[in-house]
Amino acid sequence: MSDKDVLTGEHFIHGDAACAEGGLAAGCRFFAGYPITPATEVAERMARRLPQVGGVYIQMEDEIASMAAILGASWGGVKSMTSTSGPGFSLMMENIGLGMMTETPCVVVNIQRGGPSTGLPTLVGQADVMQARWGSHGDYGCIALAPCSPQECFDLTIHAFNLSEIYRQPVFVMADEVVAHMTERVVIPPREKIHIVGRKKPTGNPGDYLPFDSAGPLPAPMAVAGDGFHVHVTGLTHDERGYPVITDVVQERNVRHLVDKIRDNAHKIISVEETALEDADVVLIAYGCTARVARQVVEDLREKGLKVGLVRLITIWPFPSDLIRRLADRVKAFVVPEINYGQMAYEVERAAAGKAETVLFGVMGGSVHTPEEIEDLVMEYL
Amino acid sequence: MTEKQEIRLAGFGGQGIILSGHILGKAAALFEKRNAVFTQSYGPEARGGSCSADVVVSDGAVHYPKVGKPHVLVLMSQGALATYGGKIRSDGIMLLDEDLVNLEQNAEGITVYRVPFTRIAEGLGKRIVANIVMLGAVTALAGVVGYEAMKQSVLSSIPPGTEELNLAAFQKGYDYGVALAEGKRPAV
Repeated sequence: MSDKDVLTGEHFIHGDAACAEGGLAAGCRFFAGYPITPATEVAERMARRLPQVGGVYIQMEDEIASMAAILGASWGGVKSMTSTSGPGFSLMMENIGLGMMTETPCVVVNIQRGGPSTGLPTLVGQADVMQARWGSHGDYGCIALAPCSPQECFDLTIHAFNLSEIYRQPVFVMADEVVAHMTERVVIPPREKIHIVGRKKPTGNPGDYLPFDSAGPLPAPMAVAGDGFHVHVTGLTHDERGYPVITDVVQERNVRHLVDKIRDNAHKIISVEETALEDADVVLIAYGCTARVARQVVEDLREKGLKVGLVRLITIWPFPSDLIRRLADRVKAFVVPEINYGQMAYEVERAAAGKAETVLFGVMGGSVHTPEEIEDLVMEYL
Repeated sequence: MTEKQEIRLAGFGGQGIILSGHILGKAAALFEKRNAVFTQSYGPEARGGSCSADVVVSDGAVHYPKVGKPHVLVLMSQGALATYGGKIRSDGIMLLDEDLVNLEQNAEGITVYRVPFTRIAEGLGKRIVANIVMLGAVTALAGVVGYEAMKQSVLSSIPPGTEELNLAAFQKGYDYGVALAEGKRPAV
């Protein structure tokens, strides 16, 4: 059975299928979800594939239950994931917070479509960027990856699982409808070439085990229910053993830990693709399908001798503030094309701190920017 | 960098348009090792709604995945003509299902080929292989991917047990296309 989890070879598959294959290759053996366009094909593929590798697929009654189920599976010792789109992502928010508070590794794939509400079920959007960061109540750190191709849907879903195990929290794969429904060649490497982070298990005396120890730079190893370690898991503010302690002192330690484990390691987590930045006067900041258009813009304008560069955000969270800050000292403007009415552009503006102009080029959803219209805008700032 | 080729296949849901776009893209990406992006658009209906399959093929990287004005436009319904007929490069190639699409006036500069995709498929006993007939004709007339690559792609994309029927459909479409290119008007 085990040879079926990594389909080594060349495939011509869409981004949704590639997310599913990435999950399987990363060791995901539990998927709970509720179908929703344009993410249904992730669930569909998992429904077919998980039984082939000894895993479990459950179609749940809704998205909040799906989220609860994957958290439970994770505490049972199994790598788990779900997939959804905007309306379902909204419904998951309460239990995403539970996952953050209980430091539960899992992966949530959000194939973004146009919103708010039911919005554009079959058409593209990128308007859940801030929701991924701030959607559940309370403070917590966030890791979100934005694939720009089916190949990256595969690669980044694996990476998301690895990060979720290292930092012990839900990690988001924030794809969009265009990338998810786009079909391209996807190369799945041989198993031994794929880097997988396994779950670190506690050692030592079970009586001394602290499942929520926040002393180290990284979270404590996670015990599996039934292994003999005492584990108490709660959404309440809790001490190192996991028992509720409803005081400001423990809250202070609890929340700082949830935020700082990402903030202090941001430099290790952040991943960007830098193109033609050396002498750039205008820098595009883009992610997901929009980054493909931006690559075309840079190629076209560089051919004309114009000094345009690109920062493609592979991690949209944590955000590469330091890089933007450094660039802001020497570029004239940042142009941010995104399929929303301004989300990442605010983050760019914050990091640029007035040293370079930040120009939002938002389309509200349902279509992708054309290279020509971005080029026209960029020309105004050169 | 080699120039990109953009192909749009359009018709109504149920004609196998989406699958044929997938097969075309796969032929280029896996069997000719070029770069190909396949995208699709369709309405909420399961069948009967309008749909289109867009494929961009290039030897270089394909960044922008969308097709604006394709080099090759295949139309398998009158509705598709109404929606997409005007969107084609001025020197483009248009393939029509001659029984389903009534094009009164050819636009100047555009080469139009009329092929009875569906009637040829009916002659093989299965109307559902009209899309594979179409891919055969596209292979012969559009110059996007080669015969062997397309044939391999068809074979790797169809349900087991249907190889003979699909290969016959592919060959019929291909032969019809070759004859048209030679200026002949083959009988079906």
